[in-house]
Formats: sequence, structure tokens, C-alpha cells
Amino acid sequence: MKPIESLNDFVIKFANVNGTGSASANNLFAKALFRMGLPVCPKNIFPSNIQGLPTWYEVRVSEKGYLGRRGGTDIVLSVNPQSMAQDIQDVEPGGYFIYDNTKPLDLRLLRNDVNIIGIPLTLICNEQYKDPRQRQLFKNVIYVGALAALLDMDFKVLTDLVEDQFKGKEKLVLPNIHALELGHQYARTNLECPIGIRVQTSDKVGDKILLDGNTALGLGAIYGGATVAAWYPITPSTSVVDAYEKYARRVRIDPGTGRRNYAIVQAEDELSAIGMVIGASWNGARAFTATSGPGVSLMSEFLGLAYFAEIPTVLFNVQRAGPSTGMPTRTQQSDVLSAAYASHGDTKQVLLFPSTPKECFDFGALSFDLAERLQTPIILMTDLDLGMNDNMSEPLAWDDDREFDRGKVMTAEQLEEGVEFGRYLDVDGDAICYRTYPGTHHNKGAFFTRGTSRDEYAIYTEKGEEYEKNMLRLMRKWETIKEYVPGPEIVDCGKKADTAVLYYGTSEESSREALDYLAEEGVHLDAMRVRSFPFNQEVEDFIDQHKQVFVIEQNRDAQLRTLLMAEFELGPDKLKSVLCFDGTPISARNIRKQIKQHLSGNNVTPLHRNIVAGDTK
Amino acid sequence: MSYQIPKFRHPDLPVNDLGYTKADYEGSISSLCAGCGHDSISGAIVMACHELSIEPHKIAKLSGIGCSSKSPTYFLGNSHGFNSVHGRMPSVVTGAAMANRDLMYLGVSGDGDTASIGMGQFAHVARRNLNMVYIVMNNGCYGLTKGQDSATADEGSASKKGDANVYSAIDLCGTALQMGATFVARSFSGDKGQLVPLIKAAITHRGFALIDVISPCVTFNNNPGSTKSYEFVREHAEATGTVDFVPMRREITTDYKPGFSHEVTMHDGSSIHLYKVDEELDPFNRRSAMMTLEDHRETGSILTGLIYMDRDSRDLHDVLETSQRPLNELREGDLCPGNKMLENINASLR
Ligand SMILES: Cc1ncc(C[n+]2csc(CCOP(=O)(O)OP(=O)(O)O)c2C)c(N)n1
Ligand code: SF4
Ligand SMILES: [Mg+2]
Repeated sequence: MKPIESLNDFVIKFANVNGTGSASANNLFAKALFRMGLPVCPKNIFPSNIQGLPTWYEVRVSEKGYLGRRGGTDIVLSVNPQSMAQDIQDVEPGGYFIYDNTKPLDLRLLRNDVNIIGIPLTLICNEQYKDPRQRQLFKNVIYVGALAALLDMDFKVLTDLVEDQFKGKEKLVLPNIHALELGHQYARTNLECPIGIRVQTSDKVGDKILLDGNTALGLGAIYGGATVAAWYPITPSTSVVDAYEKYARRVRIDPGTGRRNYAIVQAEDELSAIGMVIGASWNGARAFTATSGPGVSLMSEFLGLAYFAEIPTVLFNVQRAGPSTGMPTRTQQSDVLSAAYASHGDTKQVLLFPSTPKECFDFGALSFDLAERLQTPIILMTDLDLGMNDNMSEPLAWDDDREFDRGKVMTAEQLEEGVEFGRYLDVDGDAICYRTYPGTHHNKGAFFTRGTSRDEYAIYTEKGEEYEKNMLRLMRKWETIKEYVPGPEIVDCGKKADTAVLYYGTSEESSREALDYLAEEGVHLDAMRVRSFPFNQEVEDFIDQHKQVFVIEQNRDAQLRTLLMAEFELGPDKLKSVLCFDGTPISARNIRKQIKQHLSGNNVTPLHRNIVAGDTK
Repeated sequence: MSYQIPKFRHPDLPVNDLGYTKADYEGSISSLCAGCGHDSISGAIVMACHELSIEPHKIAKLSGIGCSSKSPTYFLGNSHGFNSVHGRMPSVVTGAAMANRDLMYLGVSGDGDTASIGMGQFAHVARRNLNMVYIVMNNGCYGLTKGQDSATADEGSASKKGDANVYSAIDLCGTALQMGATFVARSFSGDKGQLVPLIKAAITHRGFALIDVISPCVTFNNNPGSTKSYEFVREHAEATGTVDFVPMRREITTDYKPGFSHEVTMHDGSSIHLYKVDEELDPFNRRSAMMTLEDHRETGSILTGLIYMDRDSRDLHDVLETSQRPLNELREGDLCPGNKMLENINASLR
């Protein structure tokens, strides 16, 4: 067997038990590598419970800066006997399986194409600590210390990090450093260090930050001027409102009175949450809700009202695998169609697809401008992978001269001057009409909001012509919207390719990496990242310019492809699907494999397109 | 179709403190059935708002779906209105009230809208003690979908089709009390003398104020077998006492008989005078209110009047400690912490 040898480029997976405190130790490991100047991409793969089930934490280290999932695992660190049989199978040939050998390994599990490394973690803990809770917690820190020796990490970076993390809780610093040293010491004395895979300080991180998308979104809502947040708890969106609240408590307290310049209402369900957002926005505040697929389903009736009544509405959808009793802690991009056409009647909703924390922040803040400018719901589509994992990202930035775009609002002065007001009267020709906030003027500008059955002056009517006229104006507004939503990002491979790939959201990083692999093999493809729906002209042009386009997405039904086909009236041959829907983030190897199958003409039937997680080697 | 009422002003029409006549508080001509109880309630709302001298445009009127929920078009034409979705008016009002605490929020709903599809939102808006007036136009049936029994229809009560209802009725006043409402009253659409002061008191109350108004549906539920018919309610209503409302600005000249009247000062300084008839009921005691409701349910009489009021109510804005300035008036400078703070956040993430 040839052990894997590599410098600053590998995938490690930690196999833990949920609720044992492993998350913070694993985090410490990833952050230390990041501080050594190495691009990292940590991903939590966790079950939907609080304690007791297997959980994994995968860290990709890539000096080249590939931040998506590569596929395959070079090192498994196993402290969960429950999943050990599978975990050892997941190691790449020549890879490393590090386990707690306090209890001897079941010989039936042994693989002779894998390097097996035992560390008596439980034994070390039992000797060192009396308290069972401490034994459990420090076991995690000890293996991080051991890994530092095995991978030749800069130990000082780790100890500095511990000091930073426990700032304000100094009592905890020394015990943690001690545990790190225990592991480090054990490995140095008893094991061959370093192994074939090692790391070295680098300079590939620059001014980047490590941040989860949900926190970035919460901050986006703060900077975007949201004052009302209404929500109902659901994984993986909960931490959006948590982050909003955390920062609101810091920056939104009125210095004079100590009172809050925000209101957060935990609603009784998602119907109520979106109703509150609509009520607040109707009344001139910036408001948002955050939810996931099951919540969007419940919000669907209200989303229709907001579409027809043209009420700014901001909804952050952190997608997960469906349905409600499905795999709530696994990632997918599977609400694209249900969000795009959310509600009954002829509705089309504006979608934004961020793909990094920076973009979550930017699009998060932008959502409020767009909602008010376009007077319609804005559904920001992120997912569990982006929302709940730390992602390496460009730093966040804000232009202090930026003003909110509050859209078309008629003021008391304008009404007083006698400017004509019709709530649904298109005076500017862009199909967006003026609204008034309640309470603006004592006898001008009041109107009655209802879905349809009204004329341009919001006076009740059930005339078919008025309904039709309004619907046609909404279609014209849809054209206006295309000018406002973020356009695509196009990467020209420079080889006049007639084939291209198209992706959005969290499929970006793995797609880019897959394209590099393919280019090395002589397959050159152009690429486009779609950032919004409605699709703007550039999206159409790009598709027109290519003979075939692979649409890469993380759902079974090729939902964005369907949307593209419907909106551009394309036949089925032009767009080909590259899919992953096992609940884990799509990997670069998986994408490469599927594209190659398509290109060689032997792509399997759609039903078997994608097999299982880990079938990505 | 609805028509705007022509606004001509008779020189002798009485004006309120703001110089407005009652016509300034009216809306479009109603398209409900002639004799529908809902129209009388609309009339009472107009009177109450006029007499209280509230600026019409400082009121926001919101509703769900139903004949009852259509009625906001027929009053307060200078107020913004919102006909939302079935059973979800409370959430829309909650959001609106969070955005601007300075307006008066009037929610109008039906018994189907509130006691069935909207039961959850009704319960929770009461529990949050949102500062609003919540009027249920309660006819014991679904008017707009042609007369099906609603969840407030009394057991044994017969609809026009003739079938007696076999399920027990939900008492919205009892439910509201359970859920923590801080002002609970019941009235009858045909009794303006009682309804108008109750609406005024509800408006002045800071917190969630429910008025369950029995409002006969002449088309589907005004037959002899119905317990929500004009005749039945007139015969079986029993008032807790008479209520008189004295706005802060008006001098108190009326003579009250001590011992029988109870004066309550409201948040804004105005006062309610209650003449108690029912010695059992102490409307400032929740337990007493619940027991009295239960007593009347057992005897089959309909208790009307002010049933409960919490004089120390803290509304949702108090609880959330939101700023006194309406949130919708805050601007970039109040809301946006600037790039410097982002730089600090970035630094903590490296
Ligand atoms: C989601 C939804 N389901 C059903 C309906 C149909 N619907 C309209 S009004 C109504 C009942 C209204 O009853 P109530 O609230 O008592 O009002 P009323 O007409 O009696 O005043 C129903 C079921 C609807 N509009 N929306
Ligand atoms: S159907 Fe009944 S509730 Fe509806 S308007 Fe007619 S009388 Fe009123
Ligand atoms: Mg009804």
C-alpha cells in the first residue's frame, strides 16, 4: 500500500456522537488551519436530534483555495463506535484511520489498504480526569492535540486560538491547553509524526473571514434597516434571527431611552410570521422572516396576497431536504420551483441566490431595497450548507454613504399639492405604482388593500377587464424587475467552448473545482452562475451562445433547469442535468463524473443519475 | 360594487372636537344584505370614532375574509384598510402595530374567521396583548359561503336549512379570557346604546380589547330556531350593567349614583362609568368574569356588557421595550451601524 502523501491538501472527517462537545474542538482544529493561512472548508453533517446520534464534521484543506466538497476522505478520526464500520470504509485507499484504541479494533473492520493509527483517548482521559463530563469534553481536545502532531501543525497557533476563544473565561484556558498538550505529547512519543499528509504555514487566506451564511444574513438585515423580525423556529434558519437579535442588542438600543429600535416576534407558526412581515411592511417598516421549506409551504397563501397586493416582503429561505418529517439537518436546493411560483393564481416570485457569506450579507441587505423598490416579495434562497457551516469568505463591507432605496412612496406634501394618487396606477411606465403609508394625510391617499377585485384607484370592482389589465401590468413589472435583480457571473474558459455549465448558490465552489479537473483533462467549459430569478437578458444570451449547458443543482427534479425551460421555452435537449440530492453538499468529483458521463454519451437514465453519498470517488 | 358616499355637509351636522362631522368617518355604501347585523356594527364604529374625536387617518382597519371582513370598506373611508386572508388578520395587525405604534388598530373579523380558521392567531394575539380593538361580528354561521354552521353556533341551534348544530359552541369571550386578553366585552349589533360606549372604551384601553358582537345574518341565520337571531338575542341577552364612556377632554357633568356606579380611569385619562346590574360580576377580576360567563352559559342567557378589564395592562410594545418613536420613522442613521463595526466583526472572524 502506498500511503497518501500530500502537503496542505486533504480532506479529514471527524466521526463523533451528537451532544458530546465535539463541535467546538473540531471547530478549533479548522480555525487553527485557517489561521495558518490555509483555505479551509468545514462542514457539519449532523442529525436532527440533540444528543446521542452519529454526527460528522468534514474539513477540506486546500492550498489552491477549493472551498467546495471534493468528495472522498483522506483521514477519518473516529470516536464513534456506532458508525465505525462505515467510517473506515469511507477512507480513500492509502488514507488514514485514526481511532480510540482503548478498546481494540474489531478485526473484521480492518482494511489493509488503509493506515490504522490508534490513540488510547478514553484511557488518557480516565487517567487525567475524575468528572465524567470533563472526560467527555477533553477527549475531543486531546485528539486535536494529537492531530496537530500527526499533521505537523503549528502548535502555537492552537494555543493562541484557545486563549482568544476563552477571552473572558480565563479559567478555561489552561485546562484546554493542557488537554491539547496531552494529545500532542502522546502522538509525539508513541506515533510516527508527521504522517504522509501534513500542513505548513501558508499565505493563501489574505483578509478573508470564516463565517456562516446565517450570521451574515442576520447582519444583512441589521444593515438593511430591518426593524421588525417575525419568525417561527426551524432548522436550518433559526440562527438567522438569533444573529439578528444578537447584533440588534448591540447596535439598536436607543442611547437616550434604552429602548429598542427593533421588534422581534416569535410567532405561533409561519403563517403568522409572514402575516406580521406583510403587516409591518404595509405600514412602512422594513421587516423580514426566515424559514425553511416547510415554512415556505405554510406561507404560500400570504405570499400570493403580497404578490397581488404588491406589498414589500422579505423572506429568507434556508433550504433543507424535504419534507417536514424528512431530513431537516441535511442540505438541498429543492425549494426552487415551490418558491418561484409560490402561491395560487398566476404568481411569480423574485428569488436571489447568494453563494457565499459575503453575498448573504450583501443580498440580505439588498432584499429590503428590492422589496420596497419592486413592491413584491423577495425570497432569498440559501441552504443549510451555506447557512450553518463556517465558510471562508471575502470580508463584509458597507458603504457608509449608502442610502436605503425606499421605493415609490407618496408623501403628505405631494398629496397636499394635489399630485394624483392611484395605488395601482402606473404613472411612470415601469409598472410600479406609488403607495402611501397609513396615516399619511388626513383626507388624501388612504386606500383599501385587497388582493385583486379593485381598479387602479384601489376601488372595489369585480370587472374582468380590470383584473386582466392589472395582471398584464404585473407582467410588465416582471420585466422591470429584471433590470434590478443581480445579474449572472460568467466565467469564460477562453477556448470558444460550445458547451457550458450553469450553477447557483452553494454549487459554485465544487463546480469551479470540477471545471478545473475537466480542463486538466482537455475538456473546456464556460460557466455561468445565476444569481436571481427572474433571469435577466444575460442569462438568456449565455444559454443561446452555447449548444449544450449542464445545469448543476442539488435536488432530484432539476428544478432550476425546469424553470429555465419554462421561462425561455427551451426544449429538453439543450439543458442537461448534473444533480446531487442525498442531503450532503455536491462534490467536485461527483460533478466531474456526471459531466464526463454526459459527454461520452453514456449518461445513465435520470432515475439512477445519482447513487449515494460517498459515491463520489 | 361599492360606491363612494357623496360627501356633502349639512351646515347643522354636529361636529366633534376636531371639527369633523360623522360623515367624515363613513365609508362606501354597504353591499351587505339589507338588515345584516354587520352594518349596524359599522354604524356603531363610525359613531364611536367620531365621538372620540380620533383623526380618521390615524386609524388602520384590517380584516380577514367573510361578509364581516368586507365591512371595513363601509366605514372610515379616510383610513387605510386591509382585507387580508381568511383568519389571519391578527398577524397582519401585529406586524402593522409593530411598525407604527402611533396609529389605532381596529381589527374586524367574523366568527368563522376567528373561531375556526383563525383560532390560533386569535389566541396568540390575545396572549401577546397587542394594543388593538378586535371586533368579531358573530352570526354563528359562514355568511359569505352561504350559511354553514360556524364554531360559535350554539349546540341545538338550527340554521335556515333546518338542521340543528350537534357540536358545542366556542365562547370567544371565554377563550379570550383564557388566553390572557385584557379587555373582554360582548354586545349585540342591535344595541347601539351599549355597543358604542364599549367600542370607545375598547379603543381607549391599552392592550388587546375583544368585543364579541352578536350580529344576526338575516339571510342564513335569522330563523326561529337560531340562537343568533334578532328575536332570540333580544329575549335572552342579559347585560352586566350599563356602560358610559367619558372622554378625557369632556367635563364630567353627569350625576352618578354612588354605590351603583364604578368609575375607571383609562390610560389616556378618560374614564368609563359602569352601572352594575349583575352583582355577581366583578369585571376587574378575571376569575369572577369566568365564573359569571359560565353561570350564564348554564342558564342559556347571553351575558353582554363589559366582562373583564385589566386596568394595569402592559401591551406588546411595553413588553418588547420598543422605542417610543414608531419603528417606521427610523432612518439609516438610527438603524445602520456603519462600516467601522463591520471591520471589527471581520477582525473577530479571522
Ligand atoms: C383559505 C380560505 N378558505 C376558505 C375560504 C372561503 N371562505 C370565505 S368567507 C368564509 C367564512 C366566513 O365566515 P365568517 O368569518 O363567520 O364571516 P361572515 O361571512 O359570517 O360574516 C369562508 C370559509 C377562504 N376565503 N379562504
Ligand atoms: S349573508 Fe348574512 S352575514 Fe352576509 S351580508 Fe348577508 S346577512 Fe350579512
Ligand atoms: Mg359569520
